[in-house]
Formats: sequence, structure tokens, C-alpha cells
Amino acid sequence: MLTLSVLRLLTTDLDAFSQQLDAKMAAAPDFFQNLPVLLELEAVQGQLIDFPALLAALRQRGLMPVGLRAADAAQVEAAAALGLGVLQGGSESRRAAEPRRDKPEPPPAGASMVVRQPVRGGQQVYARGGDLVVLAPVSAGAEILADGHIHVYGSLRGRALAGVQGDRNARIFCQNLDAELVSIAGIYRVSESIDKSARGRPVQLYLDGDALRIEPL
Amino acid sequence: MARIIVVTSGKGGVGKTTTSAAFATGLALAGHKTVVIDFDVGLRNLDLIMGCERRVVYDFVNVINGEANLNQALIKDKRVDNLCILPASQTRDKEALTQEGVGRVLEELAKDFDYIVCDSPAGIERGALMAAYYADDAIVVTNPEVSSVRDSDRIIGILSSKTRRAERGEEPVTVKLLITRYAPGRVQKGEMLSVNDVQEILAIDLLGVIPESKAVLQASNQGQPVILDTASDAGQAYQDAVARYLGEERPHRFLTEKKGFLGRLFGS
Repeated sequence: MLTLSVLRLLTTDLDAFSQQLDAKMAAAPDFFQNLPVLLELEAVQGQLIDFPALLAALRQRGLMPVGLRAADAAQVEAAAALGLGVLQGGSESRRAAEPRRDKPEPPPAGASMVVRQPVRGGQQVYARGGDLVVLAPVSAGAEILADGHIHVYGSLRGRALAGVQGDRNARIFCQNLDAELVSIAGIYRVSESIDKSARGRPVQLYLDGDALRIEPL
Repeated sequence: MARIIVVTSGKGGVGKTTTSAAFATGLALAGHKTVVIDFDVGLRNLDLIMGCERRVVYDFVNVINGEANLNQALIKDKRVDNLCILPASQTRDKEALTQEGVGRVLEELAKDFDYIVCDSPAGIERGALMAAYYADDAIVVTNPEVSSVRDSDRIIGILSSKTRRAERGEEPVTVKLLITRYAPGRVQKGEMLSVNDVQEILAIDLLGVIPESKAVLQASNQGQPVILDTASDAGQAYQDAVARYLGEERPHRFLTEKKGFLGRLFGS
């Protein structure tokens, strides 16, 4: 299975869109680097979109638009001319145009990343498409992300986000939990709401329904 | 080939300039030709700590801009042989520090000196980045308190990614920790982080611990690097740190409080 980030276009006003996108990306610039995205146009069906400008705005920010979803006929035509594919789905399925552009390589299945150096405050490490193993401390103010599991064998003092593409089975394992924030598939807890009894010891974190559980190892 | 040492911290007011002055003086006393450069353009301080503020004619920015040559700008220390100071400009700002210009000056200094000590400004902006960019070694000055430790952590991250060594994929900058303003009594009371706490968080080698000392302020006011005050605890601690940097093994001193007779009597 290949997961793809979806960018839901809510306005055809590109200036407003760019501003919102910048604000969003400022939070995690590395995360978005070369990220393939699918444009979902359900909210702007029937409206005229300046596709060349839109694509330029996305690419300039390091995003890789690969296709459309829920576009109307005129939009499909305009986008196909620019080499974008059309995916079925959304409110109304439409005829899929053959993608004319080579899709970016999907990350190899189970690709994992091993980090041996400490992850310092202000640094961000993202294991796209796999697990992240850190053999050193993760400082306060650092952020580590993975599509899969996260393992930290030093102290975890920064932020750890596992399953960032929505994998609810992802887990976080650490030797010494002292994190600012932990999150699995977008369900998070900040330091304040992590029980004292779980701090400073080896634990694993996983999702149980919508609850983020912390369990001693 | 000269060794370039950056003295940095992220946070301001922790003792970078005091350390740069003491360290450069210590290296010169050990017989190495040493120059110390003030990178804090616009907030010139090193000349005061080194006591040469009345002899500044040309500065670092003049040399970068080609308005003066190095020999005109370098100030020879009157107390210690082998020691020169390159002061910062007080009338410019950090934009005057171009990567190419700084590189050119360092290259020229490297022909004549064994050690080049770069006194970094606070922050993680241009001035600090330029001071660190060409470094071979870094001394990270940290006070035993959380905000200073966090800023040091940030700077260590930058040293591992934004220096020339990092960009060229060469052997990384050697990063050493120098804890300053350490007050063992306050550590014991839990008011201050201990050496172990700081080291645990930063996970780098400890170069030295400089105790909180009246001698430091006194030395600054007199324009004399504190390392020359050989009777003071801070001066001795800096001597130890320089010796360790040069490869000597010395035990860490001043980690516990020395109580005088009255102190013992009245419990500090």
C-alpha cells in the first residue's frame, strides 16, 4: 500500500492559499521537502483554477503535485495538459486520465532510518516510509518523525511523532521518556498530560482506539 | 596549519568573551602564537576585557573590506608575547561579515598563527554563524541553568550542520563543553544544575568547570584576562581548561564548595 498526502484546495485565491501553505510548512519544513501530494478539488469544483501558477507555487515550496482528485471536467482537462494524473474517488468518480508524468519513486517498503548522533534542539529528523531508530539522546526542542515506529535508545526529551501519515499501528519505544510531546497518527499528548509515573523510564506508546496509551517496558 | 577555535554558546551573558580572552591568553602563555578575534560586530567588548580599547585603530570589518591590512588592525598584547587581538567594529553591523571575507582573513592569519580564537556573538544569526563556519574546534560555554543548556544544545546542532567541515563532509568540529559561573553551594541546594546534569543533556566532552568568582568581574573591569590572576580560582580553572585542550590530563577542581572557617561555623 502506498500512502499519499492529500492537499485539499479550499480556495482558488492563490495568494491566500500560498500564505496558508507557508504558515503550515513553517511548522515542519523538512517534512514537506519533496513530498508527493494529491490535490483534492472537491471544494472548488466548477471554479477556474490557474493551474500553472498553482503548480509553480507548490513546486517552489518543494512539494511534488502528482495528481488530482474530485476535479470537474474542465479542471481535468487543464491539469492533464500539464501532466497531472487524475485519481478516482471523491464525491464523483470520473474517468481517469493516464498520468503522463513519471511519478516520483515511492519510498521502498519498510525503509527505516538509523540515527547515531544526538538530535539537538531545532533539528528535525523524518523517516519517510519507515521506522526511525535513534541511538542517541533527542534533546528538548528537537523533533523526530516517522511514518512507522520510532525507537529511541537515549533520553527522549523532544517531540516524537510516529505514524505521521496516519498509520495507527505505529508505536513509540523509548528508554527514557521525558518528551515534550508524543503523537501517534495525529493523536498526541503534551508533556503536561504524561503521567509522572511514566516519566524517566523505558516505555512504549501505542493507540488503543483513540486513546494514546503509555505502558512500561 | 593553524587551528581555528570558536567560543560560542547561543545565549548571551554566559561568559563567551571572558572565556575567549582567558583561553587565547592561556594558549599564548603556553608558547603558541595566538590571535583572538571579536566577531561581535556592533557590540565590541573583547578589547575592553583584553584592556586594549585605547589602542584600536582599524578593526576586523576594515580588514574584510580591504580598508586596512591585517598588520594595521592587529593589536599586540602588552603582557603576553605571541598574543594578538583583532577587534570588532563598533559602527557596523553583522551584515559586514561575509563568508568569503571572513574566510580570506582567517586564511591570512593562519599563515602566522598557531591558534585563532573566534569570540562569537550571542544568538544563532549571521554573526554567530560566521564565527563558527570555519571552526575546527568549538568551546561551548554554558551556565548551569536550563535556558543556557537548551541554547547550547541548539548551537551544537548548528555546529554539526552549518560549518564548513559539515558542508564538506569532513571530520566534524570537535565540540567541548565549558561550564562557567558554577556555584557548588547552589547546586547542592538544588538551585542550579550540576555538572552531571548538564553533561547528561548535552552529551559532549567536558573541557572544564569555571567557578562563579568575584575575580572574573574584577578582571573584566581592569581589562585583564582572568587567567592572569593566578591566585584566583577562576584563573586556575581556566589554566586547567587550556592545559586539557592542549592534551594534558588534569582532574576537575572547584566542583565542591570550599568553606572558610566562618562559613563552616554559620553554614554558608
